[in-house]
Amino acid sequence: MKKQATRDAYGQALVKLGEQHTDVVVLDADLSQSTKTALFAKAFPERFVNVGIAEQNMMGIAAGLAATGKVCFASSFAIFAVGRAFEIIRNSIAYPKLNVKICATHAGITVGEDGGSHQAIEDISLMRSVPNMTVVVPADGVSTEKAVQALYALDGPAYLRLGRASIPVLYADEKFDFTVGKGIELKDGQDLAVIACGGMVAPALEAAEALEKEGIHLSVVDMHTIKPIDEELILKLARRCGKILTVEEHSVIGGLGSAVAEVCSEKCPIPVKRIGIKDQFGQSGKPDDLLKEYGLTPEDILETARAFYREK
Amino acid sequence: MDPKKIEEIEKQARQLRRDIIAMVGKSGSGHPGGSLSAADIMASLFFCEMNFSPENVKDPDRDRFVLSKGHAAPVLYAALANKGFFDKEWLNHLRQLHSPLQGHPDMRKVPGVEASTGSLGQGLSWAVGMALAGRMDHRDYRVYALLGDGELEEGMIWEAAMAAGHYHLDHLVAIVDYNGLQIDGKITDVMSSEPIAQKFMAFGWETIGILGNDVRQILEAFEKARQNKGRPTAIIAKTTKGKGVRFMEDRAEWHGKAPNAEEVQQAMQDLA
Repeated sequence: MKKQATRDAYGQALVKLGEQHTDVVVLDADLSQSTKTALFAKAFPERFVNVGIAEQNMMGIAAGLAATGKVCFASSFAIFAVGRAFEIIRNSIAYPKLNVKICATHAGITVGEDGGSHQAIEDISLMRSVPNMTVVVPADGVSTEKAVQALYALDGPAYLRLGRASIPVLYADEKFDFTVGKGIELKDGQDLAVIACGGMVAPALEAAEALEKEGIHLSVVDMHTIKPIDEELILKLARRCGKILTVEEHSVIGGLGSAVAEVCSEKCPIPVKRIGIKDQFGQSGKPDDLLKEYGLTPEDILETARAFYREK
Repeated sequence: MDPKKIEEIEKQARQLRRDIIAMVGKSGSGHPGGSLSAADIMASLFFCEMNFSPENVKDPDRDRFVLSKGHAAPVLYAALANKGFFDKEWLNHLRQLHSPLQGHPDMRKVPGVEASTGSLGQGLSWAVGMALAGRMDHRDYRVYALLGDGELEEGMIWEAAMAAGHYHLDHLVAIVDYNGLQIDGKITDVMSSEPIAQKFMAFGWETIGILGNDVRQILEAFEKARQNKGRPTAIIAKTTKGKGVRFMEDRAEWHGKAPNAEEVQQAMQDLA
């Protein structure tokens, strides 16, 4: 299976975007090699701003650039972009509804060896709670490029959550509809709906295919937009399957699982189970070992899905 | 410097002060102290220095202004209203429900407000961004940011100062409204940011020290800043908080307190 890190796809997508639109400006805080904005910096040095290790200033400068009509893509690791600069994002970007796309790489525990200090597991929750903010978590490289194009076209701030590790390429080509706010149904089934985002979509699909052999038919959705969440699709799945399992490489508090549960509890109360990081920090380790440690493998999803399906 | 011009700006500054007192008094809430201290700087910027008016409010070549000390919104609103950016009647509704004149400036609600500010320490970064955009687009507009002295305690200010020096933004001017007071008291008691000029210099800025309630000195500083090449300029403007209203002058308690009707009347006598 072909694999690609979403950050690599991001770097390439930015270069393409820069060729198409002269108003695109990219900012980074001394991590351009890791976030892959270095590709844009090489292609368009006059439209790249490296602010040094100063994420708060990066967001403020992006606000100033956006206030003059630029469309800014500001990148760092998720923990610094969102965590360090949260209040600047809130007050200087989201409050005035400026065209700044915060594109954070190294989100979640698959950051790996750098450890818990560098593994953002709260970023979706934080960004989702801010008015005017759109939150997108692409499931592979192909959809990352689509997301970059879509967020450029979107008027206002957005958060794009990207990963460090290579993950399977889910979409064979670009011939699929990627609309912000519309989840993608990858597999139809009546027994249980699995709604996943980011790097958890591929393992969810794998689990669903394995359960097929046991006669359990899962629906699987790539919920790439966490905000605005696709209520229509969630309610359709809730009515069809009666149970929803969410999967995300993020804290179970405030992320995709919470967003889905909020919709269900208010509009179609059904059991919702959340797979994610259980209110604890990550640690150093190889990405695959960490996914095992924190219960985010296809086997974990399979077992939870099977048990959940059998629950009366 | 044309004395008539100076007299005209001083007259404008007095008008701004009267508007500040009336607006904050009527609202029963707001920040008079730091608005009054900056009135001469604001009058000089809006009625002389800057190429910025209702006629060119959308012109990409216009000069930009960022009120980094966003709590001084009343002086900005007064300047914009007197310049004709919006109906002066708006000033009667400061801080009221559904009023465009929010407690701190909202660029989406008020014509002429170029940056939404209020949370301290962020405006200089905006100004750096605006200055970088001007350079990218080969435009020769200038960018002005008004900073509070207490605000210099925010670390982000120095991130922005470092970036402005690094990028040699000589079309950027930061004016520090150095009134010496912050909410909890004297800056030197709470957390001294001295030596201010040396800090900016260390980050690659030119600095000019002036008396910031003296219009002549303010205009001369702006003129001098235009001559600086390759470095941004910080104007350290020593001011008096509450300037022009005797019972408010140099008193920290008037940072964020509105005068009552009697006090408004008394203040207006000082500002007649």
